[in-house]
Amino acid sequence: MLMFTLRRLSLFFFTMVLLSMLTFSLRYFFPGDMLINLSGQINANTAELKQLAIDYKIHESIFSQYWQYLTNIFHGNLGLSMASQLPISTEISTLLPATIELSIIALTIAMVMGIPLGFIAAIYHRKKIDNIILTFAIVGHSFPVFWLGLLVILIFSIQLAWFPSAGDISLLFEIPQQTGFLFIDILLSNSPYKWQAFNSALAHIFLPASVVALAPATVFIRLARTSMMEVLETSYIQAAKTKGLSFIQIIYHHAIRNALIKMIRHIGLQFANLITFVMITEVIFSWPGIGRWLIVSIGQRDYTAIQNGLLVLSIFIFVVHIFTDFIYAALNPLAREHNHGS
Amino acid sequence: MMLTRRLNRYFLSTLMSINLLLILSACAPQDKEQSEDSIHAHSLIYCSEGSPETFNPQLVTSGTTIDATSKQLYDRLLAFSPKDDSLIPALAKSWHITRDGKMITFYLRQDVEFNHTDYFTPTRKLNADDVIFSFKRILDKNNPYHHVSGGKYPFFQTINFTELVKDIEKINDYTIRFKLNHADSSFLTNLATDFSVVLSAEYADNLTKKNQQHLLDTMPIGTGPYKLKEFRSGSFIRFYRNEHYWAHPVKLEQLVYDITPLNTGRLTKLLAKECDVISYPIAHKKITEHKDFTLDSVTSFNVGYLGFNVTKPPFNNTLVRKAISHAINFKAIINIVYGDQAQLSTSLLPESSWAHTSNKNHREYSLSLAKSMLEAAGYPQGFSMNLWAMPIQRAYNPNALKMAKLIQADLQHIGIKVNIISYEWSTFLRRLAAGEHDAVLLGWSADQPDPDNFFTPLLSCSARYTGGNRTFWCNKQYDALLAKALATTNLKQRKKYYQQALTIIDNELPLIPIAHSKRYQARIKTVQGKILQPFGGIDFSTVSKLPAQRLVNNQTKKNNIKSNLQVGNN
Repeated sequence: MLMFTLRRLSLFFFTMVLLSMLTFSLRYFFPGDMLINLSGQINANTAELKQLAIDYKIHESIFSQYWQYLTNIFHGNLGLSMASQLPISTEISTLLPATIELSIIALTIAMVMGIPLGFIAAIYHRKKIDNIILTFAIVGHSFPVFWLGLLVILIFSIQLAWFPSAGDISLLFEIPQQTGFLFIDILLSNSPYKWQAFNSALAHIFLPASVVALAPATVFIRLARTSMMEVLETSYIQAAKTKGLSFIQIIYHHAIRNALIKMIRHIGLQFANLITFVMITEVIFSWPGIGRWLIVSIGQRDYTAIQNGLLVLSIFIFVVHIFTDFIYAALNPLAREHNHGS
Repeated sequence: MMLTRRLNRYFLSTLMSINLLLILSACAPQDKEQSEDSIHAHSLIYCSEGSPETFNPQLVTSGTTIDATSKQLYDRLLAFSPKDDSLIPALAKSWHITRDGKMITFYLRQDVEFNHTDYFTPTRKLNADDVIFSFKRILDKNNPYHHVSGGKYPFFQTINFTELVKDIEKINDYTIRFKLNHADSSFLTNLATDFSVVLSAEYADNLTKKNQQHLLDTMPIGTGPYKLKEFRSGSFIRFYRNEHYWAHPVKLEQLVYDITPLNTGRLTKLLAKECDVISYPIAHKKITEHKDFTLDSVTSFNVGYLGFNVTKPPFNNTLVRKAISHAINFKAIINIVYGDQAQLSTSLLPESSWAHTSNKNHREYSLSLAKSMLEAAGYPQGFSMNLWAMPIQRAYNPNALKMAKLIQADLQHIGIKVNIISYEWSTFLRRLAAGEHDAVLLGWSADQPDPDNFFTPLLSCSARYTGGNRTFWCNKQYDALLAKALATTNLKQRKKYYQQALTIIDNELPLIPIAHSKRYQARIKTVQGKILQPFGGIDFSTVSKLPAQRLVNNQTKKNNIKSNLQVGNN
């Protein structure tokens, strides 16, 4: 396990270095004044620009510029947003939690819907249920996410008026920000309308989370189906059958566990995909997350925001990857030992 | 191995409980029941079209800013009666005008509290100092607050406020006197407009001490029915009710402006019931057909018109102007350009003005009449003209280019060839002021109900070069009537003068009034009270919500949740 951890950590380290070099190089590609793009201080006068040049070591070698860049990141000094003139770090600290919240709930929905359906399909392999589930998976996978978003708004917000179409909570609730995670902040708040606020937040997250969840869910269906079929072919299941265990016992005690373990890796891999869907969905549902902010920033040519937003989002995705790898290794001794042996 | 197994079990059980939670949440659609203790029962969300530039109406003329600030945060010395637009007391409980009309004394109410907010707690009630400060800021260039926030007071500049008011005197703590250079019967009405708000002098002094003068206009303190809690530009404005409001108890606890610039976005939010009221709705038919919503409209104090440059032949000939008025199918314009959402003008004044008199023999659409008039004027073969169409959208003319094309087609029938001309807006205005046009499609929105606000800026001789008179028409008799009307305070007398002025316009026809457009908003039916005003900004002070309308299937829903719980446990 130690070797495994070290391997992952070194992978993490070098990827981060590469990533930071990439975002660092962006400064040479953006049009306009580099200093203003970096600091976001669009109204700076000559004296302030001089000071900024010193701060960012712009006239020194490229290595000291890079080192200064890393130092700034570690100190949380990411400059000002050119559009709102607020510090990028403040903006990200309120926006990223909203995105994480949406992704986690969407991922959970995708798993809860996708994996059991995949297992059922595998158990009833080549039967009617299998065909229905597979058809659903393929149709669901082919839905463009923006179209689906508009469609559910049309049906559930406009026609039926069951769910709201924009934002993460009704504006009537005044929830002080503590962690940035809305659900946690609601529970921490001492508003007399706590539970109404909680309900409102649940209603607001339901549609966007379901829209994001559909595509990953269909992927999970197919992956779960394949991995369950593989497990059912194995000799230990055959052995269990010959021992006379009932079908339910075999599935519940042996097959599901082993099939699930294989899934965990794929869940991590799906995450990058999921974030792309989240970004588009955030725009459609006016979700106050980092994806929408990034897309709006692109429209406004807010280079400071684009540069740092990309960095933060990539780090986030990568951390999730590493994290799922650890869970996989913790749950599956084969993964660790296999690495050990090779 | 032990650890792994434990993790394994933990993982499965977590998955199960998440499953349960999700099924529960999925089966509890948005709680729309408005029980007594629900926050929705005494709060209102208004979906507005844009962010305000400032929170002080003195500084702007923009409708969006006025909507968000004036009647919510502030009060004026006088107000307009909701019944007949006459002047009624507000912060001033009574007033007195000397016989020559040059001295006006206001007696203030003594029980008016300023807003208590997170950022300022007033220690005294409204008095004469506050009123004097509010107006001195505009009048006196040496006032320390005159140049804070730019020093521009557009409304007061157009009415020549600084030239009209000689001085403001404090008689005692609750009495003030305006001294005017000359009598002006529209003075009192101007004091009742959305722009003439009363600020807190105590707050201003407080800010001066802290050297934060600019906050006077961005963190407002007024006497109005609501107080500002939070503003996030481009996102929302949150107001709470002023618990000490002097006029009446305010029923709504919280008022939120949800800033939604897209009109489709506002419609969606209304249909999903995220907004209780929305501004400038689209899809009027869909809203009126829906059982839960109503569409409100009010005829605004505005006019869209076709003006002639009377200094250029052939438009110096009254007969030519009249011929054109008979050759245009105005009903079709109302239908096509305004989508039937405007009132066909019968005179310069909208019908809701007290000085309005309906013109029975209103121009009739008749090509034969038009042709005979053209012949009489000496143009039997017609002529060619340039028609200028303004390049931007306004409530009084949502699409001037389309309107120009309709007029072009109509005038072709009587042999007049129309060339349509349009420039970028500022160039357009500049060239228009220079008199380069033959005829122009333009309009006017009034800031207050006084009819003079239509007559003087649009057609008086003095407005030819400085004001909005783009017809360059000048009639001494007409000007004399306007002056007489302003000099008297007798309403009947004034109305008579304005009727005569309207008759002169009708006979001379320097411009053809086309339409008075309407302003719209949509709301959920449970929202009660008048929000839209015929002129000026919207008003939420008397708005309330109908109490609890419990859903019938409340009980069934609870049962559903229970059965889902059981499913989840299995």
